[in-house]
Amino acid sequence: MTQTGTTAVKRGMAQMQKGGVIMDVANVEQAKIAEKAGAVAVMALERVPSDIRAAGGVARMSDPAMIKAIMDAVTIPVMAKVRIGHIAEARILEAIDVDYIDESEVLTPADDNYHINKTDYKVPFVCGCRNLGEALRRIGEGASMLRTKGEPGTGNIIEAVRHMEKVNEQINHVVSADPDQLMTISRDLRAPYDLVKQVHDLGKLPVVNFAAGGVATPADAALMMNLGADGIFVGSGIFHSENPAKFAKAIVTATAHPTDYALIAKVSENLGKPMKGIDISTLTDDQKMADRGI
Amino acid sequence: MHVIIGVLALQGAVSEHIKMVTDCGATPRPVKTKADLQDLDGLIIPGGESTTIRKLLVREQLLEPLKALVQQGFPVFGTCAGLVLLAQSESLAGLNGTVVRNGFGRQRESFETELTVKGWSKPYHGIFIRAPYLSEVQQPAKALVTLADGRIVAAQQNHVLVTSFHPELTDDTRFHQYFIDQIVRPLKTQAS
Repeated sequence: MTQTGTTAVKRGMAQMQKGGVIMDVANVEQAKIAEKAGAVAVMALERVPSDIRAAGGVARMSDPAMIKAIMDAVTIPVMAKVRIGHIAEARILEAIDVDYIDESEVLTPADDNYHINKTDYKVPFVCGCRNLGEALRRIGEGASMLRTKGEPGTGNIIEAVRHMEKVNEQINHVVSADPDQLMTISRDLRAPYDLVKQVHDLGKLPVVNFAAGGVATPADAALMMNLGADGIFVGSGIFHSENPAKFAKAIVTATAHPTDYALIAKVSENLGKPMKGIDISTLTDDQKMADRGI
Repeated sequence: MHVIIGVLALQGAVSEHIKMVTDCGATPRPVKTKADLQDLDGLIIPGGESTTIRKLLVREQLLEPLKALVQQGFPVFGTCAGLVLLAQSESLAGLNGTVVRNGFGRQRESFETELTVKGWSKPYHGIFIRAPYLSEVQQPAKALVTLADGRIVAAQQNHVLVTSFHPELTDDTRFHQYFIDQIVRPLKTQAS
């Protein structure tokens, strides 16, 4: 009996990405630079988050032709983003055979009530989260991989740090709790009881959790790995830096060797300017992408 | 006899293999640098992205020392990306065969299935993720699992064991146990 699209192959695909860097790329040339630098996957999107911020307006799924051109150009997996709740965009990406779908707050949400029922798809999904409740709600909907939301396109790591610390702190709480307390914890987290119980029994999330949203330097990547991230997404950080190829390679090295500080120092030398950052406190509420789809 | 099994820890499903090695009664050790290769009795190359792992091996100057170890008959078990690296002549050249990367298609075609392993009474549950396969193997390599359509998904050449699928994603320790008990331990006994 051969089965495709199972929980094991969808979650397993994300497990194979652990310790790696997934890079946002806007065209074939960038995808090739990312692959050459050692990316474990690329995220194909027309505009990186900082450009989406700058452009304003409605951000949607990318042109399928652009995504397909990138799929043809590299042998590593190709991911692409859909708007939160946009089942048609998700079916379109499944139809062109992308390897992973990011139901992403970086794009303008299509539905402010419901996320996609991700169990229905053969292609796995990754979703963002700021805390354990959000993480378990997304897993309940069928997400096979999680990432922090961070604050995309800011080049500012503080939100990703907050989200990773929050999730891990709440996991520790669930794991150390008495089984009698789990229903109340489930109520307080607004998370499905069976998944709270699963975290309690496993001692960890049942899927991998990457860091995303604000990673701009090799040191940022190492910081997130040391906080317990399983791997790293880099959005605007690479192709908005002065020397993308060198930056990309350095972030890959820092992610693979997050405690080898002599090595990270070496690869961080003379990298040129990183992307320009944004102080989170200068963002208005409607400019904060992390608050979308919670 | 106490054996230490290294798990190449540059990228991929490292913690899963470490758990398997522990469950088999051996001591796991993550391998990130040349120094970590000292005093190992065997090595596992995990699933992950083979292009990424290969680049990191080159950057860490680990590719040539590893290749030399494989050529000297050191026990190595590779799953998925590990199979690719062991079968590629330009990488570790540990197994005589022709590897087809992403041989079953993209992620949507990733699958689970029951496998018949030569010499084993019970089937093995194989989890294939953007998996490679071997279109052929040449002596002294031998196929251990061949699909109905002829694609080879597990093989052994002396002390090198490879699978296209991921035993580390299951609870079934038989492949790890086979590697440790049938390949690593006899060699260590012989040496001592």
